[in-house]
Amino acid sequence: MTLVTEVMTGAIRGGTSILYAGVGESYAESAGVVNLGTEGSMLVGALAAYAVASETNNPWAGAVAGLVAGGVLALVHAYFVLHRRANQLANGLVVLFLGLGLTSLFGASYVSKPAKSFTPWRIPGLGSLPAVGDILFNHDPLTYLSFLLVPASWWLLTRSRWGLLLRAAGERTEVLSSYGHSVRRIQYIAVVLGGTLAGLGGAQLAIAYANAWFENMVQGRGFVAVAVVIFAARQPFKVAAGSYLFGAALALSPALQARGYGINQFALDAIPYVTIIVVLVALGRRRAAEAPEGLKKVFEVSPST
Amino acid sequence: MPAVALALSLAVVSGACGSNTTDTATTATTVAGSTTADAAPGKDSKAVGFIFVGPKDDFGYNQAAFQGSEAVKKAFPDVEVLTAENVPETDDAARVMEGMIDKGAKIIFATSYGHLDPAMKVAAAHPDVAVVQQGNLIKGTVPANAGTYFGTVYEPVYLAGIVAGKQTKSNKLGYVYAFPIPQTISNINAFELGAQSVNPAAQTYVVNTSHWCDPGKQAAAAKSLLDQGVDVITQHQDCTGTITKAAEAAGAMVVGYHADASSLAPKGWIAGSEWSWADLYTDIVKTALAGDFTGSQYNANFREGLKDGQNPFVESKLGPSVGAEVKSLLDTAKERISTIGSPFAGPVVTQDGKTLVADGTVPDYATIESIMTVFVKGVVGELPKN
Repeated sequence: MTLVTEVMTGAIRGGTSILYAGVGESYAESAGVVNLGTEGSMLVGALAAYAVASETNNPWAGAVAGLVAGGVLALVHAYFVLHRRANQLANGLVVLFLGLGLTSLFGASYVSKPAKSFTPWRIPGLGSLPAVGDILFNHDPLTYLSFLLVPASWWLLTRSRWGLLLRAAGERTEVLSSYGHSVRRIQYIAVVLGGTLAGLGGAQLAIAYANAWFENMVQGRGFVAVAVVIFAARQPFKVAAGSYLFGAALALSPALQARGYGINQFALDAIPYVTIIVVLVALGRRRAAEAPEGLKKVFEVSPST
Repeated sequence: MPAVALALSLAVVSGACGSNTTDTATTATTVAGSTTADAAPGKDSKAVGFIFVGPKDDFGYNQAAFQGSEAVKKAFPDVEVLTAENVPETDDAARVMEGMIDKGAKIIFATSYGHLDPAMKVAAAHPDVAVVQQGNLIKGTVPANAGTYFGTVYEPVYLAGIVAGKQTKSNKLGYVYAFPIPQTISNINAFELGAQSVNPAAQTYVVNTSHWCDPGKQAAAAKSLLDQGVDVITQHQDCTGTITKAAEAAGAMVVGYHADASSLAPKGWIAGSEWSWADLYTDIVKTALAGDFTGSQYNANFREGLKDGQNPFVESKLGPSVGAEVKSLLDTAKERISTIGSPFAGPVVTQDGKTLVADGTVPDYATIESIMTVFVKGVVGELPKN
């Protein structure tokens, strides 16, 4: 496999968990709620998926469990932010700690347990195409599912009536309420949906990518997802691009090393984050004006009815 | 993301404190006369404390150390065994150890490489507590109440390299490691030297993850090595499951490290090296309880190898595909190392052809620790620069 093919394949394998969390966070942010607890949702999703896949011997059951667990944790965020008017950013971090604590408590016994994981499905025909076959058509089922999620989410957010309501909840809350819609209900749905997808991302990490449960194994991917959503201006295709970029940066270092190139120890750790920061800085200023109203006053969540 | 780092360390510390096993029955009868000013470190300790850097069931380093603490619990039913998992390699480790001392522990095992500094700090503050640290050597004068211990890990790793060298079809072996520290580099070098001793064409490809346990990075590292055509994978990581499973799933062979993980790779497992701490831990506790710690072999830099027959690092069981020919090669090599004293007996040559160990020289442990900053010939890859 050439270096380029390998890094691009790795970009998709490693970027998919971030993509799920990022697309999920796009829903929440479009509705005007930032959820820094995304990392926590990924963690509980990873553990729930691994535990259930281990107990039932069925990775699909694990994926469903990851989805539910991520959603439930996001519900905690939604409740405190939307009902109790808690500070979004602080509460997001609290939710992350909650996820960390819960998963280290309940996850200890699963560290050494084997679990049935997803294996790559090479798509007949397409999978044997040179280069492209490896990059796109030799992945686990959750990765294929994410290929469908991106255009579906784009359509939902930008072309559907529901997406319009969602964006209105983030940008024009007064208008929305004056038309008789419950802003809070829409925001609830968006945040929980976001957590659900983050949980599925965690599941992909645990039972398709790393094939293991380990304490704090998400290692900041949830925060990367939140950052990606900011520079992608909540647009699913750009979120996917950003996630794959991060995945590529992660895949580059082992790919170079396995070919005998030495890399600076600090650069090794920093490349993925530096990539994200550089892109953020490059695109951030231009996008500032596009942020939804609800996000411009993150310390005081928009009034809800 | 400083907030995250802070949050993580808080979570980790609270997890560590919460996992102290406390309520073990302490029926230790107070020995008459023990109240006299007897400062022998660890003497008549009511409890023994163990701190681990990771979870106790990681199929790796921490699991092996935890099993050692279980052996201590069994051997000394009257002594309380305190354990703390996920103790970071920072000052927080000192706080956890202080907490154990408050609970009556006068013998402390700090079991991670990065626990050295906090362990030495605790030792300096409590001359009556025997503090032993796993992995490092103490430079300079050794305090009377402190010591380090370890095995000559590179010996069983060398032997595993022989198995890998004989079993490989592609002559490409893969090594996933965490940090470029002397222990790790000497393992990689020993593995390659073992492999090339039976197969001059065998090369070891190395990938660094700069993390003792990040399953995501491990998966990427294993994938990269497999993509390079490596057909045997080994590692120096704390949690070993991800890499073992990735190799097994790809049909590659696995050489284990730290613990027996052959159940994770029933087809691919060929060899491995693992810790067997029970005897050593028990003997250290026995020595300290008796008041004989100071001046004992544990009150300094304790290292035992094949030559002395006390190495706590042992060979794992061989896989089903390993035949009689390889086994006899192993016996010969074991015999040779036991006689000579080290798998690094010269000549050993670096990647760029310089002499690392001169012909006829047998380096001791301290020398090996100090010279292992480069890879030997046959290792493919560069060390990360700092």
